[in-house]
Amino acid sequence: MHHTLVALVEDKPGVLNRVASLFRRRAFNIESLTVGRTAEPGVSRMTIVIDSDQASAERVTAYLYKLVNVLQVEDLGAVPAVARDLALVKVTVAGHDRGALLRIVDETRAHIVDTGEQTMTLEITGEPAHVDAVLSRLEPLGIIEMVRTGQVAMRRGDTALSAAQYSWGG
Amino acid sequence: MPKRTGSQIIWECLVHEGVTTVFGYPGGAILPAYDAMLDYPVRHVLVRHEQGATHMADGYARAGGGVGVAMATSGPGATNMVTGIATAMMDSSPIVCITGQVPTKLIGYDAFQETDIGGITLPITKHNYLVTRVEDIMPAMKEAFHLAKSGRPGPVLVDITKDAQQASTEWEWDPKPVKLRGYRADMPITSSDLAKAADLIRASRRPVILAGQGVIQSGAMEELIRFAELVDSPVALTLLGLGGFPASHTLNLGMMGMHGEAWVNHAIQEADLLLAFGMRFDDRVTGNLKTYAVHAKKLHVDIDPSEINKNVKADAAIVGDLRETLKDLLDILEPADHHSWRAHIDSMKGDVAVRDIQNLPDSGHLYAAHVINDIWRITEGKAVVVTDVGQHQMWEAQYYHHETPRSLITSGGLGTMGFAVPAAIGAKMARPDAEVWAIVGDGGFQMTQAELCTAAQEGVKINVAIINNGYLGMVRQWQEFFYERRYAATPLRSPDFVKIAEAHGLVGLRVDTRGQVEDTVTRARAEGGTVLIDFRVEQEDSVYPMVPAGADLHAMIRRPEPSVLAETGADPI
Repeated sequence: MHHTLVALVEDKPGVLNRVASLFRRRAFNIESLTVGRTAEPGVSRMTIVIDSDQASAERVTAYLYKLVNVLQVEDLGAVPAVARDLALVKVTVAGHDRGALLRIVDETRAHIVDTGEQTMTLEITGEPAHVDAVLSRLEPLGIIEMVRTGQVAMRRGDTALSAAQYSWGG
Repeated sequence: MPKRTGSQIIWECLVHEGVTTVFGYPGGAILPAYDAMLDYPVRHVLVRHEQGATHMADGYARAGGGVGVAMATSGPGATNMVTGIATAMMDSSPIVCITGQVPTKLIGYDAFQETDIGGITLPITKHNYLVTRVEDIMPAMKEAFHLAKSGRPGPVLVDITKDAQQASTEWEWDPKPVKLRGYRADMPITSSDLAKAADLIRASRRPVILAGQGVIQSGAMEELIRFAELVDSPVALTLLGLGGFPASHTLNLGMMGMHGEAWVNHAIQEADLLLAFGMRFDDRVTGNLKTYAVHAKKLHVDIDPSEINKNVKADAAIVGDLRETLKDLLDILEPADHHSWRAHIDSMKGDVAVRDIQNLPDSGHLYAAHVINDIWRITEGKAVVVTDVGQHQMWEAQYYHHETPRSLITSGGLGTMGFAVPAAIGAKMARPDAEVWAIVGDGGFQMTQAELCTAAQEGVKINVAIINNGYLGMVRQWQEFFYERRYAATPLRSPDFVKIAEAHGLVGLRVDTRGQVEDTVTRARAEGGTVLIDFRVEQEDSVYPMVPAGADLHAMIRRPEPSVLAETGADPI
C-alpha cells in the first residue's frame, strides 16, 4: 500500500541525507521522494511516498519528528489530498503513424514540449495513476527515454500545513 | 567584545556548560583545541583508545546525572568513538563528543585523517554538527548540550574543522536558552490522557508496573514508590531500570525478561494491566510479542512519542516526563488493595527459591553468583556497580540488589563488551565519594584493559572484579543450550591478570575458593588505588532462568532441581 507523507524541514545542508538515512535505517522502502522550496524562506518541503501499512506510516511519522531539522509532518494517507506527478517522455516517431501519437496527446492532455527528427518529447502531468495510464498507452509506440519527478501532494480544503505550528515532541 | 579563537570558544562553552572533566585523546586536527585547553579549568583524562573516552563520558553521565564529554581527533580518532556513541544512543545516555576535522578546504579531497564522521554517526547520534566557521561554534556547542540532556537524552557529536578552531572572532557568551524550531524536549501532559490512564488503573485487579531507565532519568523514584504504594502494584524492572525502585521494597519483584526471575515473568503474563513507565518493550524484555501479556491492557508512559505503539500496542499512552506524569496521577487516584494478587505472586517465589543458587549447599566451588552476592553483602549494597556484557552482567542484575538510582551502570541496548572498565573510571570521576566496582568477564576485560593504565595515571580508585571462567561465557551458554555444546571460538585464554595489574603499578589479587572472597574484597576496598581481583569461577555455569530469544516469556529454561541433580550426580549449578 502506498503512503504519502509530507515533511516540512529546515533548509540546511545534510537534511535530505538525514531523512533518507532514517528510511534506510528503519528498513522502509522509499517509492519516491521530492524536495523543493516552500513559500517560507528557510523551509523546504519533502513529499515521500513509501510502500507501507497505516501502522508503519505512523511509526515513520514519529521517527521523522525525532529529527531535529524536521518541523512538521503530515500523513496524507489519512486525509483527502491532491497529488501530482510529472513525466517527460521521449517517443520515437519514425516507422509508425504520427497520427496515433497525436491522438494520445490530444486525448490525455499531454503536451508536446520538443520535437526532433526522429522523436517527440511529451510532458504528462496529473495524478500518478493518470501518468501511469498515459505511459502504458505510449509504450507500444516506442518510449526511448522517460523521467518522472515523483509525486508532490497537498491536503484538500482550507487547512494549510505550516511550519509555524509544531505538533510533536521527542 | 573580546576576540577569541575557535579553540578558546570551545572551552569557554564547555566551562559555561559546567563541564569540569573531559575524556580524550589528542591528534592533528584537534591540536588547536588541545593547545587552548591548558588555559581553562577543565581536567583532561588521557585515555588509551578513543572508545574508552566515549565509555568514560557515558559512565560519567550515568553515574552523575550530567553530560559526559569526549574529545578526539579526525579520522581514526573519530571512528574509534563509534562503538561508544552507539552504546550511548541505545541507552539514551547524554554525551557530547567533540572531534577535530580536517581544514574546510580539504574536506572531500581524501585528506590525511579525513573521514565523514558526521555521515558515519548519523544513525547513532541524537543529532550531529559539522562546524566550518568560527562563528558557528558556540551555537553548535550550546545546541549539542541542550539536545544531549533534554527530552530523551542521547549522544550528540560536534565535528569542528581545524581552520574554524584556528580562526578568531569577536565573541561573548550568549546566555539565552537554546530554541530549536523542530525540537520540543517534552510535551504537555493532557488531562484527557491522564483520565484515560486513571480509568485503566482503577479497573485493574492484577497490575504490574514495568519500570525502566526513564524512572532514573526523570528522577522519579520517590514518585514511583508513592504511586506503587497508592495503587498497591508490584514493580518489575528492566535491566537499565534497576536502582529506580528499591530492591528491598515489599512491592519490588526484580528484573523482568530473558534472565528475569520466573515469578516476575509469570506475573507479567498473568497481569491484567501493565503500567510501562519509561521503558521501551525491548525484545529482551518481551520475548515473543504474540504471546506477551495477552490478558493485560497496556498503559505506556514515555517521553519519546516514537516508542508508543512501536513494539507493543498501547491501550492508553502519556507522552511526557515520567515524574510529572506520576505526580499528576497521584493527584487523581485513590488507594487500591491488591493483596490477593500480591500473595499469588509471592507463592510463585517459593517455587523459585529452591532452585536459587544461594539456597544450595556450598560445595566448595566458586560460583559467580556467590561472588557477586558476597560483594553486595560486603559493600552493604551501596556501591556503584558498572558491568560489562554477558553472564556476569545478568548475575549482577540478579544477585546485587540495588536500592538507589544510578547505582548500576551497564550497556543494555547495544550490549557492548569492553564497557565496564572505562565506564567505571568515568563513574568514579563523576562521583569521587562513591565506591565503584567494575564487574567484568575475562573476555570483555581484555577488550579495553588498556584503560587500566588510564586509571593508574589519573590516580582513580576503582575495584575491578574479573569473573574469570575461561570462556566467552554467555556465548558458551547459548552453544550449550542451542548448539549441542559445540564450543566454537568460546574457550578463551587470558594473561595472568594479577601480573597485568602489577605491571600497571596496581594491586592484583586472585580468588579460587569461596572462603577467600570476604577477605579479598575487604582488602580491595581498603586499598587506596585501583585493585583488580581475578575470580576463578566455575567454568560451565549458566544463567537461569532463561527465555530463549524470541520464545514466549513464560517458556523459561530453569535451573535444574536439586533432587534431579542428586540423582544424576551433576554439580548443583
